[in-house]
Amino acid sequence: MKALKRFGAALALCTAAAPVMADQFTAVSFGGAYGAAQQKHMLDPYMAKTGHKILFENYSGGIAEIKAQVESGNILWDVVDIEVIDLERACSEGLLEVFPHDTLPPGDDGVAASEDFSPQALSNECGVGNIVWTVLYSYNNETIKGGQPSTIGDFFNTSQFPGKRALRKRPQVNMEWALIADGVAKEKVYDVLATAEGQKRAFAKLDTIKDDLVWFDSWSQAPQLLNDGGAVMVQSANGRIFDAIQSDNKPFEMVWDAHIYDLDVWAIVKGTKNKALAEDFIRFATSSKPESGMQDVAYGPTRQSSYTYVDPAIIPKLPSAHLDEGLQASGEFWADYGESLGEKFNEWLLN
Amino acid sequence: MSQAELSNDAPRVRSTLTDEEMAQSRKMQRRRKLIAFAFVTPLLIFVMIAFIAPIGTMLYRSVYHPTVAQLIPDTLEALSSWDEKGDNRPDDAVLNRFAVELQQLALKRKSGKLGEEINRAMPGTSSVIKSTARKFKKLDTELLKTEGAARLFASKPHWKEVEIWRVMKSSGAVFTANSYLTALDLDRNSLGEIVARDTQVYIRLYLKSLKIALMITFLTAIIGFPLSYYLATASPKTANTLMVFVLLPFWTSLLVRTTSWIALLQTNGVVNTFLQSIHAISEPFEMLYTQSATVISMTHILLPFMILPLYSVMKGIDPSYFRAAMSLGAKPIPAFIRIYLPMTVPGLSAGALLVFIISIGYYITPALVGGTDGQMISNIIAFHMQSSNNWELAAALGSLLLALILALYWLYDRLVGVSNIKLG
Repeated sequence: MKALKRFGAALALCTAAAPVMADQFTAVSFGGAYGAAQQKHMLDPYMAKTGHKILFENYSGGIAEIKAQVESGNILWDVVDIEVIDLERACSEGLLEVFPHDTLPPGDDGVAASEDFSPQALSNECGVGNIVWTVLYSYNNETIKGGQPSTIGDFFNTSQFPGKRALRKRPQVNMEWALIADGVAKEKVYDVLATAEGQKRAFAKLDTIKDDLVWFDSWSQAPQLLNDGGAVMVQSANGRIFDAIQSDNKPFEMVWDAHIYDLDVWAIVKGTKNKALAEDFIRFATSSKPESGMQDVAYGPTRQSSYTYVDPAIIPKLPSAHLDEGLQASGEFWADYGESLGEKFNEWLLN
Repeated sequence: MSQAELSNDAPRVRSTLTDEEMAQSRKMQRRRKLIAFAFVTPLLIFVMIAFIAPIGTMLYRSVYHPTVAQLIPDTLEALSSWDEKGDNRPDDAVLNRFAVELQQLALKRKSGKLGEEINRAMPGTSSVIKSTARKFKKLDTELLKTEGAARLFASKPHWKEVEIWRVMKSSGAVFTANSYLTALDLDRNSLGEIVARDTQVYIRLYLKSLKIALMITFLTAIIGFPLSYYLATASPKTANTLMVFVLLPFWTSLLVRTTSWIALLQTNGVVNTFLQSIHAISEPFEMLYTQSATVISMTHILLPFMILPLYSVMKGIDPSYFRAAMSLGAKPIPAFIRIYLPMTVPGLSAGALLVFIISIGYYITPALVGGTDGQMISNIIAFHMQSSNNWELAAALGSLLLALILALYWLYDRLVGVSNIKLG
């Protein structure tokens, strides 16, 4: 009996001591090379520094899972890496906690966070910008015929550059590209796309290459299609192509004309029990040094002070070096028209 | 013991047993029933939790839509007396009440939810609601009570339109069949009449899924029938070896099988390389990401579901029937069609039903190899669950799919008869 009592006391001590030793929370991101870079430069250093444990999970974007967790009150995720396109919706639907931007640490060079971050990175109250990434198109030097494509018009020019083109199966980016290739000025794209005529015009432009299009569902398929000859030009997240060139020496070229860039943001799921911890992690992850680690996958840091840590050879390959040629994806536009254009897009595909 | 036997025995039992013994026996029987019920209870609970409850929730969700009613109850009450069929927007008093409610939503960070709901019926309004809500956050509530309407108009001209208020009122209905209308490519116009929608998607997708599922059922039957026949008539040793080949893919992960089809079918894949090396084709075929890729890989994946019931039924058919028909003068083909084939119908219909029902709702294979034209209705349901967050529409689409399958099952029962099914 005595032994049992002693055992019970030891057990009670253990359970009481456990939370003091280390806290644990869950972070969720997109996996792949990007997730590996985050693990290496953000999560591992944070765990080493604080002793807390982070469970790192993958998802494929969208707000469905966050919505389900918040609505059921069963919060499994604490910190999420979310695209700005979804952030807008998630935040205004009350699925995310408000993040106190004034608690962000200054850059390593001493510049205050509010000056150091690019304005877009702090434009939403629910999150802190993590990377600038972009969607561009890339071609394979070995399979391309007819010269070297350099503009978005070339993507739609099947007579000069014959062969299949691969696009991600969704209206986003494709509609913008169709209009720009059809001669709409970049800054007018979203205004035109909000009108019925503009939408017809975009579909009409896509019609001109419909027979040459191959569709895919996830970014991982893009370099694969370019590699196995399924397409001569593919739409892709820039990091995937960069990774294929850098680590596998693939003969791919990136075309920066009319790339559609966007930010990824760290945000906190509403109602999490680890709010303070999650905020602390985000403050660490978006500080100068960890941010600069995203150069591994050619995604641009969102704060100026990080660039001192970036390899000068990589800077021209980051989206942040090509912002003038690109267009920022409009989270507001896609919150308005994402669903209706999604349906029209599906209808167009069926025709 | 069957009913007839019981009633035959009953008089005899009554004459020999005392009342006490009768009570005893009834008690025993009750106990036995209770034990039997206890045995199936885990199954019942499982079916309730894993099957009936989710389906019930889904059916309910497709018509129950309380979000807007919970967000702006006051506005909806004010709107109830407004005639939405007329050409005038509601009175300013109504708009004032809405302005106050919108501010409350903005402060609670719920305006995005309202935006999303209204946007669904009227694309483009999400930003109108959200930006107005942002501006209202800083305003004085007392001011909105009297000047709300003017502030709305100052914020966005869209608030002057009648349509937005019509949508607001109609979205406020707690029980609505709107999701079903959308799922059937229908819509209500401003007068409340049911008209065809501008975008026609879902009916065509249902028909396409139906077509693909029938094609797969037909192909599995064509391929599975001779194979099962051979398996059933071959020597046990050969049959067992071949059976392993049928079952081996069955035990392999679905994802592995689908991915291997990608490796086989892609532009520089095994099939194209082989055909090119024997100079059968000069340019590689476009096979992956097409409807035929979906059909080919799903036929392969679902083949065991056809072969197994067919085989077990064929195994039980006495070969002497066929021989008897031949010895009575029937030619081999008529003998096969009139004697053998009808006897395999239970297996064939079980296999066909299994393959058809599994394939019509299939998701993962079309998503991976189907490209654009190999998409089925399940993929669009996933789209509405994951990307557009229109769970009501997803539920309605799912319920219609269930209804379609039940209708086809009923038709099948009328034509073939469910009692004819034999699974093994």
